[in-house]
Amino acid sequence: MSKNIQIKVCTGIGGVAAGGEEVFAVFREALSSAGIEAAYGDRCSAHKVGCKGFCARDVLVDVVIDGDKTTYQYVKPEMVERIVREHVVEGNPVSEWIAGDDYEQYYSGQQRVVLSGCGEEDPEDIDSYMRNGGFLGLRKALIEMRPEEIIATVKNSNLRGRGGAGFPAGLKWERSFRVKSDIKYVVCNGDEGDPGTFKDRALMEGEPYAVIEGMIICAKTIGSHSGYIYSRGAYTSSVRHLQTAIDKCYERGFLGRNIMGTGFDFDLRLFKSAGAFVCGEATALIHTIEGKRSMPTPKFWSAAEKGLRDMPTVVNNVETFASIPRIVLKGASWYRNLGVENNGGTKVFALTGKVRNTGLIEVRFGTPLREIVFGIGGGIKGDRRFKAMHIGGPSGGCISEESLDIEIDYEQIAAAGAIMGSGGLIVLDENDCMVNTAKFFLEFTQVESCGKCTPCRVGTKRMLEIMDRITAGKGRDGDIELLEELGHYIKATSLCGLGMTAPNPVLSTIRYFRHEYEAHIQGRRCPAGVCKALITFTILEDICKGCGSCKRVCPADAIRGTRKTPHRIDSDLCIKCGSCFEACKFKAILRT
Amino acid sequence: MRDRNNIEKPLQDLVDDSAKERENIISVFQSIQEAFGYIPEKAVNLVSKRLNVPASRLFGIITFFPQFHLKPTGENIITVCRGSACHVNGSERLLNRILIELGIPPSEDTTDDFKFTVEKVNCVGACSMAPVVLINNEVCGKITFDALKRKIGKIRSGE
Repeated sequence: MSKNIQIKVCTGIGGVAAGGEEVFAVFREALSSAGIEAAYGDRCSAHKVGCKGFCARDVLVDVVIDGDKTTYQYVKPEMVERIVREHVVEGNPVSEWIAGDDYEQYYSGQQRVVLSGCGEEDPEDIDSYMRNGGFLGLRKALIEMRPEEIIATVKNSNLRGRGGAGFPAGLKWERSFRVKSDIKYVVCNGDEGDPGTFKDRALMEGEPYAVIEGMIICAKTIGSHSGYIYSRGAYTSSVRHLQTAIDKCYERGFLGRNIMGTGFDFDLRLFKSAGAFVCGEATALIHTIEGKRSMPTPKFWSAAEKGLRDMPTVVNNVETFASIPRIVLKGASWYRNLGVENNGGTKVFALTGKVRNTGLIEVRFGTPLREIVFGIGGGIKGDRRFKAMHIGGPSGGCISEESLDIEIDYEQIAAAGAIMGSGGLIVLDENDCMVNTAKFFLEFTQVESCGKCTPCRVGTKRMLEIMDRITAGKGRDGDIELLEELGHYIKATSLCGLGMTAPNPVLSTIRYFRHEYEAHIQGRRCPAGVCKALITFTILEDICKGCGSCKRVCPADAIRGTRKTPHRIDSDLCIKCGSCFEACKFKAILRT
Repeated sequence: MRDRNNIEKPLQDLVDDSAKERENIISVFQSIQEAFGYIPEKAVNLVSKRLNVPASRLFGIITFFPQFHLKPTGENIITVCRGSACHVNGSERLLNRILIELGIPPSEDTTDDFKFTVEKVNCVGACSMAPVVLINNEVCGKITFDALKRKIGKIRSGE
């Protein structure tokens, strides 16, 4: 009876929403029952862990017996009793609840480096992080390495900024290091404001200690004694876990005075942002910490030399900092060789949209996009056809099937008309309208434009007006060319990254899906059946059974008819919400 | 949330407390909003006096960030995620139907009885469970309108 049993319940955001907290509570209760307590004592325990990645299958639970891991999917509180009885006590896994082959497929295409602790460690427990090699990188950096050596290591690892632009991290650090100043700052950019991505959230929530460790190493390198983690206030659990982690680090002497007895001091504070997309831009972020409106300013000098309160400031993304401890510990060449030329290591993405397996993934640089969609992602839901992949959030672009063979690489993605951005991969299928999708992103950037520069403030507004008219069925000849012209001007003349990339969704969809724009403008129709003004819903009388389910869901009371006789849609009242289309079991509703 | 009618004293204390650090204006307003659910005009003037910053500048900062409310909000906050994954999974329709269900007129966000405020958020970062709605900060993933209606009904009846 010397078995060591650990039960790990996913309490990342996906896990919690699927009921992870309750599952955990029931496990804990079941394990503390008399029989198990007596047989195993403290060798059997239940833990909360961060996001395991495969959020579509939550709640995921790992049962680890002597290092042998079994994963259960879709776990509900009522399933716990049987898992404990049959698997934990009797040693027979409950086979019908175990995650299947596609679970294997999801993970086999990945290389988890940054995410390696995410889903394995308890994010609120510092000991759990330390058992998995936590703070060893920091120890090495503080005790064995000189700043120049750390900079050389980071440079040689080919680690590039994971916020999206891909600026080499080592170079940024070196610039800051060279400036002579008593006050320097290290800022972690966790203002993940892009719709469609959540990798920074998962990291801040699931591996807060790795982020903090990376920041301390950076501080030691450039000679900084004060730092900020800038997180979105809307990410409530990230904020909570980070604050707990910071407090624990102070308790254990990893932050504060005389860190690990080396005489190095570093203070770290958490800053909650108030939610504006532009705050992710480095200069805007710095203004927010200074308590000003978050408007970007021209970069006559880089923030690394003159940033927060005019002092040298290294601003790096969450994922960049989280990669640092392992690079320092395992060496530059190990990390560099995981990737391809000029793109070292691995990249975390949030894979969402119409693929079967959605969740958080981490792949090596050089992985083809096709493998992500059809391998890790398991193909398109409902066996519909793949149409496009949107990369990089609202500043990114859509690429079509022909370009799906390009590899994950900053340059290749940029050449295809998208950007790496913050790591959102949204897969679109044949039921998605590309014009509407581009309009959605443009609406976002238009609202989020801080209003400082005319091209961005007015230009995106004009583009949006054109997009509105196209999707309303009032497009004119020449609109496509006008969009292209405006887009190029906005890109060329905006001050910050927001304006420079805002036209990307429109330009890239014109590039790959020009025919859809033409269908909207010349044909006055939306091929995917999405744009409201261009579609109508009608009930096919010979198929309709008069069951009334469409009538019940209609929010506008636009459907008339008595039971068991064919119903009708009043086109004057119809708001084209599509609820009836989805509610009809007999496919009697036609969308044209 | 504190009593709306009697805010002078607690407001004064709060401004004094958070202004002591003088670290950041945004943090000051965050704690005010946390306590009152919104930022009362009185608070802006108090902060302005206390920190010696023109009120116009403070309004500039407050209106820049979508997180801040200058009008009182409802007791319950329903936040609809408008991220791209939620968008392709029908968040716009969901939002419209919530507004119709609660009877909130266009360009408003709060019910007349101050029971509910509906707000939009760019992305809550729970994209694999799209569409997502937060009810008083509790994440509800893969939500349908019917499920949401039931939850709203439960809150209404005081459960």
